Amino acid sequence: MIDRLATIGRGTFDILASLGRSSEFLVRSLIAVPRPATGLPLLVKQIYAVGVLSLAIIVVSGLFIGMVLGLQGYNILTDYGSEQAIGQMVALTLVRELGPVVTALLFAGRAGSALTAEIGLMKATEQLSSMEMMGVDPLRRVIAPRFWAGFITMPLLAMIFSVVGIWGGMLVGVDWLGVFEGSYWANMQSSVDFGEDVLNGVIKSIVFGFVCTWIAVYQGYDSVPTSEGISSATTKTVVYSSLAVLGLDFILTAVMFGDI
Amino acid sequence: MTSESTFIDIQNLVFLRGERRIFDGLSLQIPRGKVTAIMGPSGTGKTTLLKLIGGQLRPESGRITVDGICVHKLRRSALYDLRKRMGMLFQSGALFSDISTYENVAFPLRVHTKLPEDMIRDIVLMKLEAVGLRGARDLMPSELSGGMTRRVALARSIALDPELIMYDEPFTGQDPIAKGVLVEMISKLNRSMGLTSVLVSHDVPESLSICDYACIVSNGQVIGAGTPEELQDNPSERVQQFLQGKPDGPVPFHYPAEPIAEDLAGGAQR
Repeated sequence: MIDRLATIGRGTFDILASLGRSSEFLVRSLIAVPRPATGLPLLVKQIYAVGVLSLAIIVVSGLFIGMVLGLQGYNILTDYGSEQAIGQMVALTLVRELGPVVTALLFAGRAGSALTAEIGLMKATEQLSSMEMMGVDPLRRVIAPRFWAGFITMPLLAMIFSVVGIWGGMLVGVDWLGVFEGSYWANMQSSVDFGEDVLNGVIKSIVFGFVCTWIAVYQGYDSVPTSEGISSATTKTVVYSSLAVLGLDFILTAVMFGDI
Repeated sequence: MTSESTFIDIQNLVFLRGERRIFDGLSLQIPRGKVTAIMGPSGTGKTTLLKLIGGQLRPESGRITVDGICVHKLRRSALYDLRKRMGMLFQSGALFSDISTYENVAFPLRVHTKLPEDMIRDIVLMKLEAVGLRGARDLMPSELSGGMTRRVALARSIALDPELIMYDEPFTGQDPIAKGVLVEMISKLNRSMGLTSVLVSHDVPESLSICDYACIVSNGQVIGAGTPEELQDNPSERVQQFLQGKPDGPVPFHYPAEPIAEDLAGGAQR
């Protein structure tokens, strides 16, 4: 009994310690902004690695999700004779929910795991240590650019995802199933509100970008510098990011659209 | 030893890792302008000692001063300033894997100085020439052999002309030629640049051949110290076991266990 209590206590203590460390880490890397002359090229390089290299998976997934939405929506809406509303349905689903959420999940799998593995390897090969010994703060040089890159690219990726998805929905709904193109776009225009829908979706993706990148860089920085340590840190990044995104999505949706 | 000639002074150092006492009242002086070897069995925390000197770890108690400055009492920015005067050669080399050899050596110069590009080029090429790798400037770290990696890392750690250079196991895993090159280079650099060198190693012959002063650390304390000749004549059994590499002695061959007869008679229990 005492043993079990002790285990629970130790577990809780470990979780709290890790939360504390990650918060301290977050604050320190947010403060540690490099000088523009050195920082900007580093940031651009990371935006390329985190954002541009994720474009393929985002575009392809967005296209397929939009096409599936078009098909499923058409099937349900024809039962009520309102298949003209398909544009509105595809757009709202993507802009409000699937755009930010699926992008964040893909981002965690593609970019987050890469960030964790890269930083973990830099730690294992003593690159971070040697940087410290040269009098260079690795938080400023390595972590901060990666952090900001994730933060900046996630909303952009989510928007691209939604746009491609809407186009995919049109390919299926209009070009294949024969919904009138005018009503596809007109219904969408009249029902999608910029502040209510688009902006809230962007806010969601900003929050997800922040959380996913934080988890990814922290797990890399805090990983045990061995091959087992790095693989477990990479797994943790994907699992924690996915759970955080889905949990936060519920909270954000409740606040934004729940009328409470 | 007078205080002017002491560059690093370690007094009553205690350092814990979890429950384990890595250092337990260790005291050590490292003279200025000399090559000092710190030797000891694997796992005695020799690398940890270098990290303590560099301020990457903080001691539980005791004092470490480098050139009269107490390392673990410094603020972060002052510590980073002090580190510009130190170079460290990591066991793995720790070159940045995403930039070329040239850029690796140029890295500390670009970060810490505002020198124009052609001057940086001159310095980088001179440092690479000193380690014999001027021709390898365009290679990526993944294209270098183990010995070359360490030489490039050495060029990088002397880029800012430090006063102190710390070598973490420079000979481990090197072929005889690479070892010979490193031995030659460490003593040459020390003489030509007026450096203070600290060498952590368990390669006895190589270390003793270049050091002016050596000490052996075991179980958290210094068990023997002096010039290489003094160490060879040290009467302590533990020192002699280490220097001569005897398999059994004060450091036992057997991991602590109950007597074998009782263990075998114990039957089914593992």
